[in-house]
Amino acid sequence: MAKILTKNLNLWYSGFHALKGVNSSFEANRITAIIGPSGCGKSTLLRVFNRMNDLIDGVRMEGEVLIDDTNMLSPQADLVVLRKKVGMVFQRPNPFPLSIYENIVFGQKIHAQRVSRDQLDEIVETSLKSVLLWDELKDKLNESALRLSLEQKQRLCIARLIAVKPDVLLMDEPCSTLDPQATSRVEELMRELKNKYTIIIVTHNMQQAARVSDDTGFMLLGELIEFGRTQEIFTVPRDKRTEDYITGRYG
Amino acid sequence: MRNPYRTQRVAFFFLLLATLLIVIPVGLIVVVIIQKGLPAINWQFLSDMPRQGMRAGGIFPAIVGTLYLVSGAILFALPIGLLAAIYLSEYAKDNLLTRIIKLAIVNLAGVPSVVYGLFGLALFVVFLKFGASILAGSLTLGIMILPVIITTSREALESVPQSFREVSLSLGASKWQTIRHIVLPNAIPGILTGTILGLGRAAGETAPILFTVAAFYLPRLPKSIFDQAMALPYHLYVISTQVPNVDEKIRYGTAFVLLTLVLFMNLVAIIIRYKFRKKKKW
Repeated sequence: MAKILTKNLNLWYSGFHALKGVNSSFEANRITAIIGPSGCGKSTLLRVFNRMNDLIDGVRMEGEVLIDDTNMLSPQADLVVLRKKVGMVFQRPNPFPLSIYENIVFGQKIHAQRVSRDQLDEIVETSLKSVLLWDELKDKLNESALRLSLEQKQRLCIARLIAVKPDVLLMDEPCSTLDPQATSRVEELMRELKNKYTIIIVTHNMQQAARVSDDTGFMLLGELIEFGRTQEIFTVPRDKRTEDYITGRYG
Repeated sequence: MRNPYRTQRVAFFFLLLATLLIVIPVGLIVVVIIQKGLPAINWQFLSDMPRQGMRAGGIFPAIVGTLYLVSGAILFALPIGLLAAIYLSEYAKDNLLTRIIKLAIVNLAGVPSVVYGLFGLALFVVFLKFGASILAGSLTLGIMILPVIITTSREALESVPQSFREVSLSLGASKWQTIRHIVLPNAIPGILTGTILGLGRAAGETAPILFTVAAFYLPRLPKSIFDQAMALPYHLYVISTQVPNVDEKIRYGTAFVLLTLVLFMNLVAIIIRYKFRKKKKW
């Protein structure tokens, strides 16, 4: 069953038609990559799933976005519940200017009624372990998160997100500020995380999409041109435009 | 042929002259006040009541009065100013009305302080029947420093990176939780700086307290917030112009105490801002 379904999704930024009738389906425990040239609407599509576009003035959406069969575009949708369930990793690693520990327990501070120190410690440990940072950082949990390396920061941001216990991880070019080694380690982490989460990643990097994803969607000028198994998209694309983009003749 | 080097030298000379014209008078004022005022400072001067029609004794009630007024002003102005700043920077939609409000607040900071004094007289002393009292004076000073507090708090809030707000919201925090846990803590140093600058201004102003609280000569401490009180700037004005034959030492001593108080507050603000800038890394 599809975790996320979009039905005839349209989005306008004031007068600009940014998403045009997008129908797609994202499955649980798989990594889906969205690729396409700059300005094609792939980040916009990603930000529909946790309604981050709502922060922009003049945004208007039509259609349906079903997450676990609940329409998240309906006026009754609870954005707090939605964003707990659908978390986001941003392009630039953005830890809060707090300690490593406080970064991870931020979600608990907001969502949990009352949590004991022991429970918090446990959450910090499991979250850091799941992003493979525990051994590196266990002795400096009270140091500022701003002093970490870019890769560590990005992993920390993923840990901070995991501590909120989401179902879906949205990743908006999560490796674009990282070097190749760090990128491959974060990709390794993504493969591990997909056993527990639904992962959707927007990327400029086609090799990355090919390496890491199970499904791929190709977008162009606000339309979802082609959507399917990554292997098929990259070997036997059905649409001429997909083929042009993948072979580097476009964008 | 023009000589570019000569023009440059002339330009430098005038730039330097303009700078010196600003710095020298300020330096002179400070030097003169320290030179003439410092000898008057001793424990008795700071802790004693004025005597013999303010020609002898100390300035204790004026110091206490000023501290009361400044605390009262901040108790009133900081919560209101901060809440207004949060509303304006985080909640208010950017439309014509909010832009007019913001512009009005910035302009209020430039209104002459005597106008605030008259306003305080009309509203607090007469209309609300507080009489000339610490309450009326504090509220008047509070209103005077509100624009400073709102403007600096707003700037502090707006300088918190948008990405912090985005992350917090994306983690499922509500807008208020985001403000409470992320925006405010990161804006506090800026808010404090603005508040202390406002305090310094409140401590030094004469006109707003002239009609609303200041006692000409009250050689005792105020009993309640409905009591009148002496205050340093007004006391200085009185002993400099209204009472004949006051020893120069007492006048400059009073000026020294007032100047020290205000400079100390500004120094605290500068230190906070400096520490904050050093820590800030985003």
